[in-house]
Amino acid sequence: MTAYEKLQAGASVRQETLYHPVEGSYTTKVATKNVTVHYGDKSALNGVSIEIPACTVTSFIGPSGCGKSTFLRSINRMNDTIDNARVSGSILIDGEEVNDRNVDPVVLRARVGMVFQKPNPFPKTIYENVAYGPRIHGLAADKDQLDAIVETSLRKAGLWDEVADRLDQPGTSLSGGQQQRLVIARAIAVNPEVILMDEPCSALDPIATARIEELIDELRENYTLIIVTHSMAQAARVSQMTAFFHLGSLVEYGPTEEIFTNPRDQRTQDYITGRFG
Amino acid sequence: MVAPVNAPHIVKAFSEELEQLSADVSAMGGMAESMVADALESASTRDAERAAAVVLRDRDVDNRERVIEKQIIRLLALRQPIAQDLRTCISALKIVNDLERVADLAKSIARRVPTLIESDPTSFAVAVDRMGKVVQSHLNEVLDAYATGNAEKAIAVWERDDDVDEHYNALFRELVTAMADEKSMIEPGAHLLFIAKNLERIGDHATNIAEVVHYLVTGADIAATRPRGTRPTAFDGE
Ligand SMILES: Nc1ncnc2c1ncn2[C@@H]1O[C@H](COP(=O)(O)OP(=O)(O)OP(=O)(O)O)[C@@H](O)[C@H]1O
Ligand SMILES: [Mg+2]
Repeated sequence: MTAYEKLQAGASVRQETLYHPVEGSYTTKVATKNVTVHYGDKSALNGVSIEIPACTVTSFIGPSGCGKSTFLRSINRMNDTIDNARVSGSILIDGEEVNDRNVDPVVLRARVGMVFQKPNPFPKTIYENVAYGPRIHGLAADKDQLDAIVETSLRKAGLWDEVADRLDQPGTSLSGGQQQRLVIARAIAVNPEVILMDEPCSALDPIATARIEELIDELRENYTLIIVTHSMAQAARVSQMTAFFHLGSLVEYGPTEEIFTNPRDQRTQDYITGRFG
Repeated sequence: MVAPVNAPHIVKAFSEELEQLSADVSAMGGMAESMVADALESASTRDAERAAAVVLRDRDVDNRERVIEKQIIRLLALRQPIAQDLRTCISALKIVNDLERVADLAKSIARRVPTLIESDPTSFAVAVDRMGKVVQSHLNEVLDAYATGNAEKAIAVWERDDDVDEHYNALFRELVTAMADEKSMIEPGAHLLFIAKNLERIGDHATNIAEVVHYLVTGADIAATRPRGTRPTAFDGE
């Protein structure tokens, strides 16, 4: 073995440890195997297998149209709502198959909340936006408990101080950044385990973005977060793990630090550094 | 492993700036390298004029370092480089720092030359010159490894770091013995010792640069994969 071959052998050992982001051990929250999605007869996702650790932020990056949103939506079965979408493969949350016949999609979507690019508050009061979920899922025994859930959720979302005295005003009366935090409060209110965010900051200014990023970092303590972002800097700032998608496939997945300093795949490198691929 | 030829950036100016940066670092490497060569040459030919010229050139290298540092800070702030682009910037920053030190050490050697000339020539000058050749070849090869993005070449320099140390240790022992034996050896011996010490430190900087080039090309730390101390024997085939 030449000196350099040995060095390479050493490097590949390091590569195997790539998939262990958190110091020591971690539990897998979401595990997918061979997830394939077709829209009509056009394939949008070709066999994606990934293990997402609990209580971490994982970002999905990749060029427009590579299937990030499609994959995100398959995790809480939002693709069910799209007529021509067909999903195959396995998606396990805590080892339970989400596509199982017995799984109620409404319950699943409370466990796996979603935040979209454009904040989408209900056309109701700020209070009702947050209270709606806990009420339909029967999480509060009485008005006092519901009030408490609303307050806690708004506090966790970092919005309470700004809205405490105007809970009866419409959610749509808030600024874009506040609306996005309201939507996050709404997702938190039903006590989810996983929160999916699809470009949650793309319509926000740097200050509102920083607040959401700070919030994401705090939420990581109790929730598993997956965030789709087009901002490489944002992926680098908020996530511990990064997955790079290209043309419907998962190309590279590993600790964010590795992906952004020393990506293994030329396609990842070209994409994140802004080169023609 | 040789750095792959990368596709250009979509923002063309970014690619051009990175290329310019590498070219500027290489040019600064050439300046430092020729200062070392001329300092040694002026010592062995006992040429005070040439030595004085080397001393003056140190300022050019300092200026060049400052200019390159500014370029890097600008790139970091405006382009926010990541992955290989980030490694290019950080490596350049580290290498110019080493090169500035190399030029400083060449200047120190050149500064000794006038007083060295005043003392009698000794046979040890040849040994110092030989050590100088080894150091020069390390510096030359590592700068070549940088310019061509060649990690193997950088490893080769890194692994030969001990050559310089061995030269230095042997020379040190011999010089000290000669100085103890003969009073007239003390003065030229002291100068030669200083020169040898400076050469040894230039060798260390060449080794540092080798580490940086390896990181630049592979993204991995040499030392993490091959602990020091086990080096020369651990990899000579088995
Ligand atoms: N409802 C749909 N019907 C038909 N094709 C769709 C549908 N939604 C997405 N697609 C197609 O599937 C592919 C993946 O789309 P997807 O929205 O998942 O990409 P994305 O990575 O989220 O892109 P972006 O970064 O632009 O949001 C694309 O080719 C897209 O045109
Ligand atoms: Mg999308």
